[in-house]
Amino acid sequence: MAAVEEEAAPLLLETRGLTRHFGGLTAVDDVDFQLPTGEIRAIIGPNGAGKTTFVSLLSGRIRPSAGRVTFAGQDVSRLKAHQRVARGIAYTFQITSIFKAMSARENVMLAAQRRLTKGLIGPPEAELRALADEALARVGLAERAEEAAGNLSYGHQRLLEVAMGLGLAPRLLILDEPTQGLSDEEIAAFIDLVREIAQESTVLLIEHNMHVVMGLAERITVLDRGRVLAEGAPEEIRADDAVQRAYLGG
Amino acid sequence: MDFGPYFLLASLEGAVGAAVLAVTALGLSLVFGVMRIVNVAHGEFFMLGAVIAWWVASLIGIHPAIGFLAALIVSPLIVGALAAVAERTVLTRLNYDPEATIVATIGMLYVIQQAVLMTYGPDARPVQPPFDFRIQLPWFGYSAYKLFVIAAACLLLLGVWWGLTRTRIGLMMRATQFDRETARAFAIPVDKVYGGVFAFGAMLAALGAVLVVPVQQAHYLMGHDPLLLSFIVVIIGGLGSLRGTVLAAVIIGMSDGVISVFFSPTLAKIIATLVVAFVLVWRPQGLFGERPA
Amino acid sequence: MREIFRPDGGTALHLGVLIVLFALQFALSDYHHINIARIMVLACFAMGYNIAFGYTGLLSLGHAMFFGAGLYGAGLAAQFAAVSGPGAFVIGLAAAVALTVLAGAVALRTAGVSFMIVTLMFAQAAYLTIYYFGEFTRGDEGFVYPDAMRTLFGLELIEPTVRYTVAFGLFAICLIASFAVARSGLGRIFVAVRENEDRARMLGYDVYRMKLLALTISGAMAGAAGAAYGLLFGYVGASFANIEYSIYPLLWVLMGGAGVVLGPLLGTLAMFYLVDVTSGFTTAYLLVVGAALIALILFFPKGVLGTVREKLGARGARWLP
Repeated sequence: MAAVEEEAAPLLLETRGLTRHFGGLTAVDDVDFQLPTGEIRAIIGPNGAGKTTFVSLLSGRIRPSAGRVTFAGQDVSRLKAHQRVARGIAYTFQITSIFKAMSARENVMLAAQRRLTKGLIGPPEAELRALADEALARVGLAERAEEAAGNLSYGHQRLLEVAMGLGLAPRLLILDEPTQGLSDEEIAAFIDLVREIAQESTVLLIEHNMHVVMGLAERITVLDRGRVLAEGAPEEIRADDAVQRAYLGG
Repeated sequence: MDFGPYFLLASLEGAVGAAVLAVTALGLSLVFGVMRIVNVAHGEFFMLGAVIAWWVASLIGIHPAIGFLAALIVSPLIVGALAAVAERTVLTRLNYDPEATIVATIGMLYVIQQAVLMTYGPDARPVQPPFDFRIQLPWFGYSAYKLFVIAAACLLLLGVWWGLTRTRIGLMMRATQFDRETARAFAIPVDKVYGGVFAFGAMLAALGAVLVVPVQQAHYLMGHDPLLLSFIVVIIGGLGSLRGTVLAAVIIGMSDGVISVFFSPTLAKIIATLVVAFVLVWRPQGLFGERPA
Repeated sequence: MREIFRPDGGTALHLGVLIVLFALQFALSDYHHINIARIMVLACFAMGYNIAFGYTGLLSLGHAMFFGAGLYGAGLAAQFAAVSGPGAFVIGLAAAVALTVLAGAVALRTAGVSFMIVTLMFAQAAYLTIYYFGEFTRGDEGFVYPDAMRTLFGLELIEPTVRYTVAFGLFAICLIASFAVARSGLGRIFVAVRENEDRARMLGYDVYRMKLLALTISGAMAGAAGAAYGLLFGYVGASFANIEYSIYPLLWVLMGGAGVVLGPLLGTLAMFYLVDVTSGFTTAYLLVVGAALIALILFFPKGVLGTVREKLGARGARWLP
C-alpha cells in the first residue's frame, strides 16, 4: 500500500556530475540524473554504455572519480555500500549472487535481519521467518522456502534475489538485468511483481528486454558511452533518432 | 679490527646470505608468479637439498670437490622429482585452490621434515666444501668458497633470467603467469607448465641449500629460517616479480647480516616479520609487483 | 534465547555430551584423567578457532599468539605480580582480547592468502618477542607456575578433581557459547560472510566489523584456553606460542568438522590420542599431523561431523549446528 509516512522528498535520488574513470577509460561521464520518488525508471543502452557501472556508483559498490550522489535529500557519496543499504538502497546482482548453501528462507531472513536489528539485539526468529515467508510468497517461491538456494533453478534464483530485495524493504530497489535467462512465462509474472513492488518502493531497472522496458517503465533513461543520450517517456524514446542510431549503429 | 674492515666483513657475510636467499626465494616467487599458490613446504625442499647433498658427498668419499659436484647435480634433481610427484598427487587434485594449497603444503612440510628426522636423525652434520683456502685481503683472510657461493648464485640468477626471457620454455612460463586462459587457448600445456614450475622452484631451493651447506651444516630443522626469509623477500619484493625478489633478497640478506652482527638478531627478525605484514596490508604489490586484480 | 536453546535433538545432544564429559572423571584412570582435562581446555582453543575459521571463513595461521597471550598474561601476572588463579585468568583473557582486536583490526584489511600470511607474520613476531624479553619469559625453557598461585577461590588447582572440574567448566562455557552463536542470527551472519561476502555487504552488513567480531570471540576463547592451560597444568613455555600451535587448531577443526559446534572436541580428542600413540614409537609424531592435514584437505574437507551433517540433510542441520 502507500509508503510509510515520512518526508517523501519529491526527488528520491539525484546525481550531479557523476563520473568514473578506469585507467584511460571513462565508464561514466559527468552524469546528471534525477529519480522522483515512486517512479519506475528503466536504464537502457548498448553494451558497454556504463549502465552497471552507473548503478554500482549509486549503490556504493565503487567510488566515483568525481561527482555527487544524493539520496532522500542527503549526500551519500562518501558512504560505503553497506551504509547505503541501511539508508534504503537495495541492489540485486546482474549475475545471481545468493547464499547457495542456505535455504531460500534463510537467504531472505538475512535480508530482513539487518534491517530489524537495533544495535546488538536482533528480532525474534519467529518474526524473521514470518517476514521471509511473506516475501517468498509474493515472488511465488513459498513452496521452495526450505530448499537450498543453490538447488533452485536459475529463474527461481533470480526471484529469490528479488525476494531478498523485498526483505530489505528498501525505498529504492535497483534491479540489474533481472529477466535475463527467464522464460517468457516467468517474465510475464515478473512484470506483475515489479508493478506490485513499485507501490511501496521506487524502482530503477537496467534492462535489455524492450518488451519488459516498454511494459513497465514510466520513464526511460538511455545511456551511451557513459553519457545520458536521452531521457523521457517510453513513446518518446522509441521515436528518438539518436537512440535508434546508438542501438543499431553501436 | 677497525670499523671499516669490520663492516666489510659483515657485508661479505651478508652478501653470502643474500646470494643464497636470492636463489631460494626466486623458487618461491616463480611458483607464486606462475601458479598463484604459496608453497609453505618450500623451506623443506631447501632442507632436503642440503641433506641429500650430505648423503651424496658421504657416498662419494674420494675428494670433496667431486662429492660436491655430484651433490650439485643429483640433489636438485631428486628434490625436483619429489616436488613433481607432490604436485601431481596433491596440488592438481585441489585445483590449486589458494587456501587449500596452503593447508596441503603445511602438511607436506611436516611430512618431509619428520621423514628426514626419522631417517637422517636430529644431528647436524657438516659437508666438506669443494675447496678450502682463504683469500688474503688487506685486513683479513676470507673463505674463497664463500666468495664462490656469491659468484655461483649470481651466475645462477643470470641463467634463470636468460632462460625466462630468451627461451621458448621461459616464454610459455611467462605467458601462463600473465593469463592462464589465454595461454591455454594458444595450446600451451598449462598443466605441464605448472608441474614444471613447481619442480623447478623446488630445485632452486635445493641448489641454494647445496651451495650453503658447506658453510652451515645439514640439519632437519634448517628449512625454517630460509622459508621465513623467502616469504619476507617475495612479499616485500612483490609476489610474482623476479626483479623485486632479487632486489629484496639483496636488501634483506645484507641488512639481516649487518644487523645481526651489530644488533640483536631477534629484534631484526621481529622487525622483518612486522614489515612483511604491513607491506601486505598497505602495499600488497610490494616493491615491484603488479596491483592485485 | 528461548529459540536457541529450544528442546530439540540438537540441544539434547550437546547437553548429553556435557553430562558424559562431566561424569567421565569418575571412571577414568589417572593417566586419562589429566589427558581429558587437557583435551577439554585445548578444545576450547579449537572451538574459538572454529568460530573464526569454521563459521566465518577466516583462515588464520596466527592463533597461537592469542593462546600464548592468555598463557603468558596469566603466567607473568602470577610469577611477577603474585596474582593468583582468578585474577591471573582475567589478566590473561584481557591480554588475549586486546591482542586480537589490535592484530585483527590490521589483518582484516586483507583477505584470503594475504590474511593467512599476515596472521602468520604477526604470530611469528609475537613468538620472537617472547624470546626478546627472555629475561622475564625464560624463552624456550619457560617457567613453572608458582604453586601458591594455582588456586581458585581457595581450591587447589593441582588437585585432579578440581583441575578436571575447572577444565570442564571452561569447556562447558565455550561449548554453550559456540552453540548459541551457531544457532543465532549472529551465526547466520558469520556464515553469510563466509559464503558470499559481497552479497552480505549488499544486504547492509558491515562485513569488516562482523569479521572483527568473529575474530574477537575467537581470540577470547583461545586466550581463555591459554590462561587456563597455564593455571591448570603449571607450565608456561614459548613452544605454546610457536607455529605448531597455530596449525593444531586448524587441524583439530578440520578433522572434527569445520563449522560444527562439536567438531573441535572430536578433532582435538582424535588428534591428541593419535599423536599420543604415535609418539609411543617415534619422535617424529608430527609426521602424523602432516599426513592427516593432507588427507583431510584432499578427501574430507568437511571433517567427520561435517560429512555426517551433510549426509543427514535437514535433520543434520538441527542436530549439529
